[in-house]
Amino acid sequence: MAINESIPGAAYIEKMPGGQLILGKSEELFAWAKSSSLWPLTFGLACCAIEMMAAGSSDYDIDRFGSGVFRASPRQCDVMILSGTICIKMGDSIKRLYAQMPEPKYVIAMGNCAISGGIFYHDTYSVVKGADALGIPVDVYVAGCPPRPENLLHGLMKLQDKINTKKDKAAV
Amino acid sequence: MIKDELVINMGPQHPSTHGVLFLELRLNGEIVNDCRPHIGYLHRSIEKVAESRTLTQFIPFTDRLDYLASMNNNLGFCLAAERLLQIEAVRRAQYLRVIVAELNRIASHLLAISTFAQDLGAYATALFYAMRDRQKIVQIFDELCGQRLTYNYVRIGGVSGDMTPKIAQMIRDFIASEREILKDYDDLLTHNIIFKARSKNIGVLAQDIALSYGVTGPNLRATGFNWDVRKDEPYLVYDKLDFKVSLGTVGDAWDRYFVRVQEMRESLKIVEQALAALPEGDPVVKVNKPFRPNGEVYMRTESPRGDLGFYIVGNGEAFPYRLKIRAPSFSNISVLPVMAKGLNVSDAVCVLGSLDIVMGEIDR
Amino acid sequence: MDLLTVVQAVQTMFPDAAAEAVAGALVIRKEAAFAVLDQLKNGPSRFISLQCLTAVDRKEALDVVYHLYSFDVRFLLTVKVVLSSEEPSIDSVASLWDAANWFEREVYDLFGIKFLGHPDLRRILNPDDWAGHPLRKSFASSDIIQKPLK
Repeated sequence: MAINESIPGAAYIEKMPGGQLILGKSEELFAWAKSSSLWPLTFGLACCAIEMMAAGSSDYDIDRFGSGVFRASPRQCDVMILSGTICIKMGDSIKRLYAQMPEPKYVIAMGNCAISGGIFYHDTYSVVKGADALGIPVDVYVAGCPPRPENLLHGLMKLQDKINTKKDKAAV
Repeated sequence: MIKDELVINMGPQHPSTHGVLFLELRLNGEIVNDCRPHIGYLHRSIEKVAESRTLTQFIPFTDRLDYLASMNNNLGFCLAAERLLQIEAVRRAQYLRVIVAELNRIASHLLAISTFAQDLGAYATALFYAMRDRQKIVQIFDELCGQRLTYNYVRIGGVSGDMTPKIAQMIRDFIASEREILKDYDDLLTHNIIFKARSKNIGVLAQDIALSYGVTGPNLRATGFNWDVRKDEPYLVYDKLDFKVSLGTVGDAWDRYFVRVQEMRESLKIVEQALAALPEGDPVVKVNKPFRPNGEVYMRTESPRGDLGFYIVGNGEAFPYRLKIRAPSFSNISVLPVMAKGLNVSDAVCVLGSLDIVMGEIDR
Repeated sequence: MDLLTVVQAVQTMFPDAAAEAVAGALVIRKEAAFAVLDQLKNGPSRFISLQCLTAVDRKEALDVVYHLYSFDVRFLLTVKVVLSSEEPSIDSVASLWDAANWFEREVYDLFGIKFLGHPDLRRILNPDDWAGHPLRKSFASSDIIQKPLK
């Protein structure tokens, strides 16, 4: 059944008068709910933040994927989008912000700088060579300098897939 | 430390600091006693990188300085390099540069006024309007050079791609629609009674203080000081184009906002004229050998945020010996402690929003 | 107005500044720098705008470069002061132009030039506990990965 595929985690669906009966593991159904409302942190590091804003605008509308609620406090967020160059001076703040986020938490490294340092990899003295070098576990890498908003949305959908198909960190 | 003084750390992650700015606010109740900006959270050592890149290789780095106005940064750097190398771009390229620089100025100002409105509490509406209009400009640039944000379009001696009839039509459509849409901004913000109450007579910047702190661009013009590099030290073909310099009267937050709105109208006029006068020719240049700059140059251009200066020192090698970027936001933000003193916290945010800073060029 | 007029005026007013015009810039001695800059700002030409203040590391010496602009005579003046590269220091001009405050902090941060009489000479771009001055040609750091040359 088509609807079976569109609801991740549903093992059994039966149409009944007035609605449907869905049976599934609670973990997986929760994961489905979780993946559909990933609230990002309002956190722009550099250039990529502008494309992150563009993804939130009406042309791309990140809200379609349940991620339009940008929260200013890390305590209310599910996903941190590292949108830009990570500098040594900023490194501690990013680690602290990540630590302040409640579990389960996810990280999208947006743009080449957050992946590896990108254009600022060579000859710089003040740039951290990517989120991995900082010690932040990254779930999805979105390449580009900066990535287009469509690309960020693709990354977000990949993260949703990851949450739906794999066991959650918190549930393990 | 004064008795009953409360220290608040605002940033580096804060929605109203427009990037990774860290403000240390010392408060007496709701009143700001002292505001100390701490910068450097986006210090990417661009000036060091410049010493190991050829001039052509460095152009992409200028995109990432003021990422809201990449074209203007490309342009500022290329003009400085051209003056040092004594090259003059072909006439068609000069007109194309004016067109892209002014379109980018509109895109930048759109974001500036809408994030300013957002700082005042006009959540989302103004920002969505601005992003919608900015998208049209971004699409034009996308068509022109294949990138949405970091263009690398202006090259030393020319530009990277020629204008096609399709792009020219896109620009004409944009001008026609934006003229009408700018009236919406007037209804939405300029004459909005709440917006005025929040921004009139807030953060008044005196002219002598602005000059002493090196404040430039719309922030200086809002104080009534008539200074625009495009008019006063014309580069490219600005002396052949007809446009007015918008000035404020008192130098408050509303004036800074309104100068930007007026500048967008003037920019539309400039783009229209430049497009009509676009000469024939091949603006795309091919460079095989690296340039070997010798001597030094300081050249400034009018970026959307003010005087953008590039100081290039060469010693005959392919790599410049030293490159200094005089970023307008760097000086503009340095005046914040003077302006924020004695204001409410919410008004200090209003002042910061009205200054329109970009951390990328402050920290470099 | 041109550079030669400025140089001649400075030479007559400040004989000990050893003012000369070198490659489009007014070069003066460090000891007289503050007095000359004060005169340039408050004198008849009114160079009221400090456009840019930076430094260039010439290995054997350090140049401090001031770009001054006068709205009255519409002239951009480059002033250079040559410092020794060992323990470089110069009088701060933060009392003349407020813009110099942050510019001098930046030059101190990146080049290690001490500005005497500066109200608040701290690092501005790099963290406070950073070691070294990155734009000096002698600067070396394990963080720098050099771009391989073809």
